[in-house]
Amino acid sequence: MTLIDLANPTRFLSLTTRLLPWLAAATAILLLIGLYQSAMAPDDYQQGATVKIMFIHVPNAWLSMFVWGVMSLSALGTLVWRHPLADVAAKAAAPIGAAFTFLALVTGSLWGRPMWGTYWEWDARLTSVLILFLMYLGLIALWRAVEDPSRAARAAAILTLVGAINLPIIKFSVDWWNTLHQPASVMRVGGSTLDRAFLIPLLVMAVAFSLLFITLHLAAMRNEILRRRVRALQMMQVAQASQRPA
Amino acid sequence: MTALAALIRRDIRIALRVGGGALIGVLFFLTVVVLMPFAVGPDLALLTRLGPAILWLGALLASLLTLDRLFMADHEDGSLDLIVMSRTPLELTCAAKALAHWLAAGLPLVIATPVLGLLLNLDATATSAVALTLFVGTPALTFTGMIGAALAVTLHRGGLLLAVLVLPLSIPVLIFGVAASEAAITGPLTFGAPFSILCALSLISFVVGPFAAAASLRQGLD
Repeated sequence: MTLIDLANPTRFLSLTTRLLPWLAAATAILLLIGLYQSAMAPDDYQQGATVKIMFIHVPNAWLSMFVWGVMSLSALGTLVWRHPLADVAAKAAAPIGAAFTFLALVTGSLWGRPMWGTYWEWDARLTSVLILFLMYLGLIALWRAVEDPSRAARAAAILTLVGAINLPIIKFSVDWWNTLHQPASVMRVGGSTLDRAFLIPLLVMAVAFSLLFITLHLAAMRNEILRRRVRALQMMQVAQASQRPA
Repeated sequence: MTALAALIRRDIRIALRVGGGALIGVLFFLTVVVLMPFAVGPDLALLTRLGPAILWLGALLASLLTLDRLFMADHEDGSLDLIVMSRTPLELTCAAKALAHWLAAGLPLVIATPVLGLLLNLDATATSAVALTLFVGTPALTFTGMIGAALAVTLHRGGLLLAVLVLPLSIPVLIFGVAASEAAITGPLTFGAPFSILCALSLISFVVGPFAAAASLRQGLD
């Protein structure tokens, strides 16, 4: 089955109906294993138990960028190949990506409180993730500003691609800005090589969160397709009702 | 080429005459800068230190506010449809329109900077540094902002949505603009490094902006 076969929404729906229970089960099992391993991981000699925030924080941060990548591919699908499900994929991914980004910010700031002594530090990484979050919100605002889904899809696709070009530039600028303003006041512990005791739970959690994203994304796409069908049916009903003689 | 030159002349003429409103941007710029001392206090030393940042923020907001006129007026009277349908490549037309917009609305901001620098107690070096960075940086603001303006006109939305979409994209320009100005005033960095990156950002926006704006006009105006 190739990507073009999935252009038929009915076929896509039947595929997701079969896939979703398995994906959800796999996500739940991996999350349980990952959380157990994270809880069992030894405390860090410097950070104590707070190092365990990493097992939630890092997968969220990773996915916050990965989801923009997924949306950029969908944007290409919308603009270049006119794949009918590409805009559904892009629209469904935006709120999920925003949620992952928000969680990365929250866990990062909760981690920063005991480590840096403050909830918010204008650290380069935090700042660029915050800007990423703002761009997700702008994109969602764009989706919500227009009633016609196909028109909104093309505008959002262009903005997503412009964002994909700009995000590395923003990241670079913020890094530069940060080193200028506060030279090496914040040392990230993550820079050192990770011990195996931390690495394995982290990898399990990363896979679990990726599966979680795929599950949520497919479910959200399903809902979006069904929502559009309901909308089409309602429009049809209204059209029929207005044609009937009074 | 003559078509593009004619378009630039027309756009500048419309912007500068009654109803165009390009020069309102300068007035807004002045007002924002005058508001600042009321917020931070009339401390000249503090204003000198904040000067480049205040001028850059004011110029950023002023160029943002004039942006939604870039395509909106042409869309309202129907000439945008003719421009999209014409034989000149739409990317070139977009670039010409952005250039005209910068000449009418961006360049006056740069020219006004020395006067506003006096209000903020900036010396000659500082003022010329800020003016130079604005001269190089405001085209980047116009050309990236053009993407937002094109999206806004195809969606029949403007104002806040445009601001929310465009402002995050202009963060790099702001960072390097202010950094270059401050490097010229206080150091310790050399002026050249951030200034060249600012130039590079402008050049990137010359490439990306017209293509993205043309794509969004083509996709949206059917």
